[in-house]
Amino acid sequence: MSNKSLVEKVRELLRSHGRPSREVYFDLENSGWVPREVVEAMIPYYYERGFGHPSITHKPGWEALEAVYEAKELVAETIGAKGIEEIVFTHSGTEANNLAIMGTLLASRNKRGRVLVSSIEHLSVIFPAEKLGERLGFRVTRIPVDGEGFVDPEVFKAYMDRDVVLVSVQVVNHEIGTIQDVRELVGIAKDVNPDVVFHTDAADAYGKIPLDVDRLGVDLLTISSHKIHGPRGVGVLYVREGVKLEPILYGQLSSEKMWPGVENVPAIAGFKKAVELAFNDFEGNVAKMKSLRDRLLKGILDHVPDVLVNGPLGNRRAPDNVNVSFLYVEGEALTVELSLRGIYVSSGSACTSRVLEPSHVLLAIGRRHEEAHGSILFKTSRYHTLEDIEYTLEQLPQAVERLRRISSLKKQ
Amino acid sequence: MSTRIPLPYSPKVLELFRNPKNLGPIPDADVVASAGSPACGDMIRIYLKITRRGGKDVIEKASFESYGCAANIAAASILTEMVKGKSVEEAWKITWKQLSDELGGLPPIKYHCSILAVGALKRAIRQYYSKKKNKPKWLPEQLTPDEKQVLEEEEMIERYYKFSKP
Repeated sequence: MSNKSLVEKVRELLRSHGRPSREVYFDLENSGWVPREVVEAMIPYYYERGFGHPSITHKPGWEALEAVYEAKELVAETIGAKGIEEIVFTHSGTEANNLAIMGTLLASRNKRGRVLVSSIEHLSVIFPAEKLGERLGFRVTRIPVDGEGFVDPEVFKAYMDRDVVLVSVQVVNHEIGTIQDVRELVGIAKDVNPDVVFHTDAADAYGKIPLDVDRLGVDLLTISSHKIHGPRGVGVLYVREGVKLEPILYGQLSSEKMWPGVENVPAIAGFKKAVELAFNDFEGNVAKMKSLRDRLLKGILDHVPDVLVNGPLGNRRAPDNVNVSFLYVEGEALTVELSLRGIYVSSGSACTSRVLEPSHVLLAIGRRHEEAHGSILFKTSRYHTLEDIEYTLEQLPQAVERLRRISSLKKQ
Repeated sequence: MSTRIPLPYSPKVLELFRNPKNLGPIPDADVVASAGSPACGDMIRIYLKITRRGGKDVIEKASFESYGCAANIAAASILTEMVKGKSVEEAWKITWKQLSDELGGLPPIKYHCSILAVGALKRAIRQYYSKKKNKPKWLPEQLTPDEKQVLEEEEMIERYYKFSKP
């Protein structure tokens, strides 16, 4: 059995899975498709123009530099940054978060002190904070959240002190869509310690809710290309002028002072296109994902019994997010069952993770393990259609029902 | 969400997940036993119908219910296939490794699904003989490593709740 190569195993699995007659992809949290118009914006940069290194003195290099600057200018404009000097490209959102956290801690390592992160941050914030922070002698604290994922400003005030050097709280939670009042938290933090560095991971907020770095008052802000239908391989860290970071990777720092390695110019050009598409009709795009999301959520609650909604309802939830727990079924099994029906989602179940522990976000909002195990995350986008939603609402109740028939857990 | 691991399931796992064999309770089962817990994210329940034939206790029917991932459902299903018609003594000897091999090889992170299925079977067999107050010689006094691992998983979760909840 295990003599087969890994490639052959995956091929067999795909053959056995087959291609469903209809397919709808909702797993935009983990990654997603890149629309043709975005891909077309990338292609010329592979072999027609700008394929050089943006820091070298020849035409293909300068063309690359033009593409990098154009993308930075656009991103700066969409978040109200002063200019391209404040925009750093990394090669993923994870890298941007790592740079924000580790770069700040390295730059302030003589201060010791404390680091505060919300307990529902992305692991690319929590892990660097805890792993490097503790090694450098910082005390790292996860701030608790309430049952909907909100950091209570009063609770935050109690944690905030003059010795806190870095705070990281995301604008929109990646799993449960909670829209945090970052502006208020920044106000509290800076009142207590004007020198504190405030980072926000806005990877799931960008293109979904309006963002303005001055209005929020943040010092560092993360964006990720593939969360807005851009290609993978581009992350952005906004760094407010005057905020000190130390590089965490070394090499030949190119046009990027903070991040070595040749810029992924074609991906950056694609990202720029994805930003244009997301922001050209921002309100229209958001209204569309929101109306599809509302239809999906209502349909689930109407057609499937014993469902819990994870995260807040109403205007304080990101417009694209549906996260629900189907009681008495295990989420990984449900992702496989839905995949066989052509519906692609992910779960916060332990069975999908390396450590066999369910999502730290769901545990932090007080979900019991068995509730977290049955969780499924859907993200809607402007590219979905009403038919996609209707198809999902036709298949999903049957899928849940089938697994509930198999389940050894029954409603009491 | 949390840290991810690739899970290239075998076609056998997918096939049994799609069409599980021996699903659902046996109304006149002689013994029913579960292993795992809702909090662990997997719980397998095994139903056995046992008859005396040719001087041996033979598993006439076996069925399952499973709350768990695709591998868990497939493991429970294939186990019920493997034990059907076997003597209880032979069934006792099935190892989690054999089960995993029958499934075309489980990914290492899913070995515990196979251990859980075998653990549920062993628990059912022990219960059967303890009800009958007649322990056969081949049945060990001490728990086997599979059974211990199942207990550990169950206890770990209990501890979690004891210490993490106010």
